[in-house]
Amino acid sequence: MKIAVASGKGGTGKTTVAVALSVSSSGAVQYIDCDVEEPNGWIFLKPELTCTEAVSVQVPAIDEEKCTSCGKCTRFCRFNALVSLGTPPLVFPELCHSCGGCEIVCPTAAISWTRLTVGELSFGERHGSSVSVIQGKLNVGSVLAPPVIKAAKKASADLPLTVIDCPPGTSCPVIEAMSGADYVLLVTEPTPFGLHDLKLAVETVTELELPFSVVVNRSDEGDDGVEEYCGELGINIMLRIPHSRRVAEICSRGGTLLAGMPEMEALFRGLPSEIQGRLS
Amino acid sequence: MNSALDSRFGRAAAFVVYDTETDEVQAVDNRMNLNAAQGAGIQTAQNVAATGASAVIGANFGPKAVQVLQAAGIKMYMCAAGTVGDALKDFTEGKLEEAKGANVRSHW
Repeated sequence: MKIAVASGKGGTGKTTVAVALSVSSSGAVQYIDCDVEEPNGWIFLKPELTCTEAVSVQVPAIDEEKCTSCGKCTRFCRFNALVSLGTPPLVFPELCHSCGGCEIVCPTAAISWTRLTVGELSFGERHGSSVSVIQGKLNVGSVLAPPVIKAAKKASADLPLTVIDCPPGTSCPVIEAMSGADYVLLVTEPTPFGLHDLKLAVETVTELELPFSVVVNRSDEGDDGVEEYCGELGINIMLRIPHSRRVAEICSRGGTLLAGMPEMEALFRGLPSEIQGRLS
Repeated sequence: MNSALDSRFGRAAAFVVYDTETDEVQAVDNRMNLNAAQGAGIQTAQNVAATGASAVIGANFGPKAVQVLQAAGIKMYMCAAGTVGDALKDFTEGKLEEAKGANVRSHW
């Protein structure tokens, strides 16, 4: 089963929940950190690094002998990655989305492909529990998170449980991270900010037709907005995690939620079967 | 001529093309790049090149726009003047300094 842990708002506890879900499992787990702009699941899971792999995308290379400087490719490019000055086009590879359109519209087959590295995958194994970790990391300055997320997911082993730690927000990287998941857990907090962004996240998963439940972090603080919203829409709240200063201190030192709240372990361990029950 | 000089190059709404030999003035629309998701400076530089201009006056130039303008052999002049007319006057009087590179970073 593939469970994506997502949220609209950042900082609600996606990684805290995804890590707790991973380490509480009795079977083998594949944890994938798809929050490639700021991956930090590694800090909590502390796996032993086994290998790394570069992630690259295709970008156009112009054969100046074949190019007639017609400008068709530059007019086609929606991403302004090609520019023509009546000469063979200048290429701005960092703007390219690898759509391949320039190659199709080129009448003289002057466009071939070269690779641009945009990120890196790290693979690791966690000692003491069977969590295989894949971390995607986007290079600083690169704008293309989706290819790194796609590569991280593609590299995953087919284990009984896959936990996908998503980036925050509702745009392309989140969609890429969530797509293909069997179930989504939307982590939120009971504040006006948490509620506002939860509504956006609910719209996103609804659009993707993905089944989901909500996890309320720091559930005993804030206001009743999230509870009321979920009640009105009939949205399942699968888990409530109370606030604990002790947990916050442990997490700030790179420890897991379960180290501070061992009583939650059984609840996390039961989540996959509860999700299975809701799916059938 | 009385319009304010845009502080941005890539996302300027329009350009005024001035022919120093004939005194002809022509406005070139650049609004298609106002909402470009990315690469506005690149496209705008391409638009400027397409006008046949040999020099461009602006308040600021970003790194990608500079790359394209240099490739097109277009000279860049920095100007803090208030209006297009003032900028042209400063240019013809030789008061403007030629820019040899970008003076601002991307997405400033």
